[in-house]
Amino acid sequence: MELFKNTNFDFLGKKWPFIIASLVLTVAGLGSLIIKGGPLYGIDFKGGTVTTVRFQQAPNEDQIRKALAAKISGEIVVQQVTGQNEVIISTDLRDERELNAARAVVFDTLKSTFGSQAGGKEDINLTTQAALADRIRGPLASAGGSLTEPQLQELVKDILAFRNSAPRSGLLGSYESLAGVKNVTPQVINVLKQETVTGPYTIRGFDLVGPKVGKELQTQAFSATLLALLGMLVYVGFRFEFIYGLAAVIAVFHDTIITIGLFSLLDKEVSLTVIAALLTLVGFSMNDTIVVFDRIRENLPQMRREKFDTVVTLSINQTLSRTILTSGLTFLTALALWLFGGQVLNGFSFALVAGIIFGTYSSIFIAAPILIYCREWMEKRRKDGGTPALAVAPGKTKSLK
Amino acid sequence: MDKNIRTKAIVIVATILICLYGIIGLPTSKEQLNQNVANSIKLGLDLRGGSQLVLQVQVQDAFKADADQGIERLKDEMLKAGIAYASLDRNDPATIEDADKIHINVKGIPVDKTAPFRELLQLKFANWQMASMGSADYRLTKNTTESLTMRRDTVTRSMRTIENRINGLGLAEATVQQRGNGEANPEILVQMPGVDDPARVKALLQAAAKLEIVEVKDGPFPSEEALRAKSGGILPLGTRPIQQASRPGDQGESWYVANRSAVVTGQDLRNARPSQDQMGKWETSFVLSPDAGKRFGRYTESNVGNKLAVLLDNKARSVATINSKIEESGVITGAPSQQEASDLALVLTSGSLPAGIVYLEERTVGPSLGADSIRDGLMAGAVGVGAVVLVMLIYYKKAGINAVLALVLNAIILIAALAYFGAVLTLPGMAGIILTIGMAVDSNVLIFERIREELRHGKGVLAAVDAGFGKAWWTIVDTHVTTIVSCAFLFIFGTTAVKGFAITLVIGLIANVFTAVFVSRAIFDWELSGKEQPTTLSI
Repeated sequence: MELFKNTNFDFLGKKWPFIIASLVLTVAGLGSLIIKGGPLYGIDFKGGTVTTVRFQQAPNEDQIRKALAAKISGEIVVQQVTGQNEVIISTDLRDERELNAARAVVFDTLKSTFGSQAGGKEDINLTTQAALADRIRGPLASAGGSLTEPQLQELVKDILAFRNSAPRSGLLGSYESLAGVKNVTPQVINVLKQETVTGPYTIRGFDLVGPKVGKELQTQAFSATLLALLGMLVYVGFRFEFIYGLAAVIAVFHDTIITIGLFSLLDKEVSLTVIAALLTLVGFSMNDTIVVFDRIRENLPQMRREKFDTVVTLSINQTLSRTILTSGLTFLTALALWLFGGQVLNGFSFALVAGIIFGTYSSIFIAAPILIYCREWMEKRRKDGGTPALAVAPGKTKSLK
Repeated sequence: MDKNIRTKAIVIVATILICLYGIIGLPTSKEQLNQNVANSIKLGLDLRGGSQLVLQVQVQDAFKADADQGIERLKDEMLKAGIAYASLDRNDPATIEDADKIHINVKGIPVDKTAPFRELLQLKFANWQMASMGSADYRLTKNTTESLTMRRDTVTRSMRTIENRINGLGLAEATVQQRGNGEANPEILVQMPGVDDPARVKALLQAAAKLEIVEVKDGPFPSEEALRAKSGGILPLGTRPIQQASRPGDQGESWYVANRSAVVTGQDLRNARPSQDQMGKWETSFVLSPDAGKRFGRYTESNVGNKLAVLLDNKARSVATINSKIEESGVITGAPSQQEASDLALVLTSGSLPAGIVYLEERTVGPSLGADSIRDGLMAGAVGVGAVVLVMLIYYKKAGINAVLALVLNAIILIAALAYFGAVLTLPGMAGIILTIGMAVDSNVLIFERIREELRHGKGVLAAVDAGFGKAWWTIVDTHVTTIVSCAFLFIFGTTAVKGFAITLVIGLIANVFTAVFVSRAIFDWELSGKEQPTTLSI
C-alpha cells in the first residue's frame, strides 16, 4: 500500500494561508499569555497542594470550594474528573510558613464537611492497615474468631487490597462485597460493620510543593527549554549550515510557543510533565525538519541548475510519505496516551497530541520558507557585494509542474 | 546460510537472550517468573503508591551554632589571657545562601592588648580569619574551604540522622538520598514506598532531639524576668536560663538557671526505649555509653543534693535532685502516649540534627491511584502499540513484519536496560516507552520509503535495499542525536519522574539504532539470501 507516490504538491506556493494561520495562532496564544499574566502554572511551578478525592456519590464541587475557602486564602480550584465521582482539589500556597499546616487543613476540612458522622467508628475508606488492625483485634477476639497477629495483619492487608483494587479504587461501598476476600468470614464482616463505617470519600493522592521550589523550577524549565533550542541550533548548524539551524530552530520555537499558547487559551495547567512533553516535541519537530533538510542537502549537488525553492519543494514531496506516516504513527501513540493514559498524564499527552500536529506542519510550512528566505537574502547580499553565488547557479528556471 | 548472516543472527539471538535474562531471569515456575519480573522492574512511587518528601537542611543553623561556640570559647580564652573587650557577638544569616557570611564581631579591644589578642587568635582560632575593622574592632570570618567543609558535614550528618530515624521506623524499603548535584547541596529526598500517611514521619524527621543533662544552679522562677532580677539582671558567668517544657495541667511557666555546659549530651547515649513508670505513665528511658556512664557516676557522686535537669531541645523535660550516685541510666518523663515515648526514644538514638530542616515538597500517591495508573498506562500502551503494528503490517506487508520484529526487540532491549541499570519505572517513564515505540518506527519508515523510492527508480532489489539503508543512515543519526540532546536538558530538573521519562526515551532511541538498522537489515538479508536473483520484495 502506498499513499503518496511521486507526489508533486506545490507546498511553497500555498504557504501563505498556513503562515497566516500560524501567525494567528501565535498571536492568539501570546495574547492569552499576556492577558492572563503568563501560563497557568501547576503546583510544580507555583507551589500549592493538590488533593485527589474520590466520593461514593457525585460530589458537590461548590460545597468543597466553599468549605475550603473558609480555611484557606488564595485560589481554590475544584476540578471534576470526567466519568468518575472524583475531584482534584488545588489550593494555593503563597507563604512558606503555611507549608507545614497545609496538609492538615485540607484533610481536616474534608473530614468535617463530608466525613461520616457515625460516632467513634473507624472510617474504613480512610484507615491504614495498622489502625484497622488495632481497631478490630479486640472485637474479633471477643467474637470468638481468634487469630494470631500475622493472620490478623494478613487479613487486614487483604481487606485493604480489595478496597484499593479496581473498580472500587479505594472506596468500599458495602461490606457484603468483601465476602469473596480470603479468610473473610461472616463473623469478620459483622465485626467490621460494628467497628467501622464505609465513609463517603477516600483520599487517593496528595501533593504539596513549597512556593520557593516552584519559583526555582520555573527558572529551570525556562532555561532548559531555551538551552535545548540552543543545543539544536549548534548541532544542526554543525551538521548543515548555520541558516539551516536557524530555520529549524525558528520552526521548533514556533511549535513551542503555539503549544504553550494553546494551554493558556484552554486554561490548562502547565506542569512539570508538560514541560517534559514540550522538550520531547522540540526533539520530534526537529526530527521532521531534519529529514527534509537532509534531503535538500542530498539533492542540491544533483540539481545545480534548479532554483533553490524547486529543490526544496521536490525534497518535501520526496519525504512526504515518511513525514505523514511517522507523524501519524507517533500521533496515534500520543492519542492513545491522551485517551487511555488516565488523569495524571492528561496535560502531558495533550501537549504531545497538539504539538505533533504543529511540529509536522511547521517543518513544511515554516522551516522550509524561512530557509528559502534566508538563502535568497544571503544570495542577494553576495550579489550586491559582487561575489559570485556558490551553491546555486543562476540559470533557466524549470518548474516541476 | 551466508556466513555474514550467521554472524548477525548470533549477535541478535545473543542480545535477545541477554535481555530476556535481565527481565525474567531463569524461572522454573510461573510464580517464579512473575516474581522475577517484579524484582527486575522496580516501580516508582507514583505507580506502586507511597510517599516522597523533599527536605532542606537549614545549613545556616550549624554555622550559627558553630559561631556561638566560637564566641563562648573566645570569652573564656580572653578572660584567661586578661584581654578586656566591649562586646562580642555574631551576625544572623537568615538563609542557606547567606550561611557563609557568618562572622563574629569583637569590639573594643584595648590598644595595648592588640598583640596578645592577635596571638591568641592565631594559636587557638586558626579556623577563623581575622580582619581589622578599625583600631579596636575585629571581625572573624570563615574561609571558603572551611565553609564548604562545614556545609558538607552538616548535610552528611543530617542525612545520616534521617536515615537512622527512617530505619528505626522499620521502613525497610525507604531510601534517603541527596538531591541534585554537589556534595553540599542541602536538599534531601526521602522516598517511602507503601506509606500513605507521612504526617508522623514528617514530625519525627523534623525533631531536633538535642539531649543534654545539665546542673541546675537556681530555680524555679515564675518567669524569665524574675530569674534575671534575682541576680541583678546579669546571669552568673557560664550559666543560662532554661524553661520547663509545658505539660497539660501546668499553671504558668517555670524557669531555672542552669550551667551552660552539659554533664552528658545526646552523643553519650547508648540506647533509649519507651517505658512506663509506677503510675503507668509513659516515659523514655535511656542508657549512657560506658565512658559517659563513668563520668556521670563521678559527677553525681560528688554532687549529691544538687539538682539536675534533662533538657530536650533547650527545654527542661524534668528537673530532679540527685539522691545518690547515678551510673548510667535516666528517664525523660512527660510523654502523652506510648507512640510519642517510642518516637522520642527513636530520635534520641538516631542522633541529633546539626541543623533544622524544612519541607519543600511532599507527594503521596495512594495505592489505589497507583494501581489505576498502571492499568491506564498498560491500556494506553496496548492501544498505541497495537495501532502502530496494524498500520505497519497493512502499509508495508512483509516488510511490516520485519519492522514489527524490530520494534518488539527495541521494547525488549529498553525494558531489559531499565532492569540492568536498576532504573525505576514511573508513569512518565511508561509514557516514554509508549512514545518510543511511536518514534522508533520512524527509522523503519525512513529506510522503507527509501527502498521503495530506489525500487521505483528501477534499481534491483538487492541494490535498492542496500541504497535504502545506506542513504537513510545519516538521517537516522541526525534525528536521534537531536532528540537525545533535548532529552539531556530534561536532566536539569531534579525530579525523578521527569528524569525517568528522559532515561527511557534515550535508551529507547539508542536501542532503536541497533534494531532498526542492524536487525532489520539482517532480516532483509536473510529473506533475500535464499533466492539467486530476487526480483520482488514485499514492501
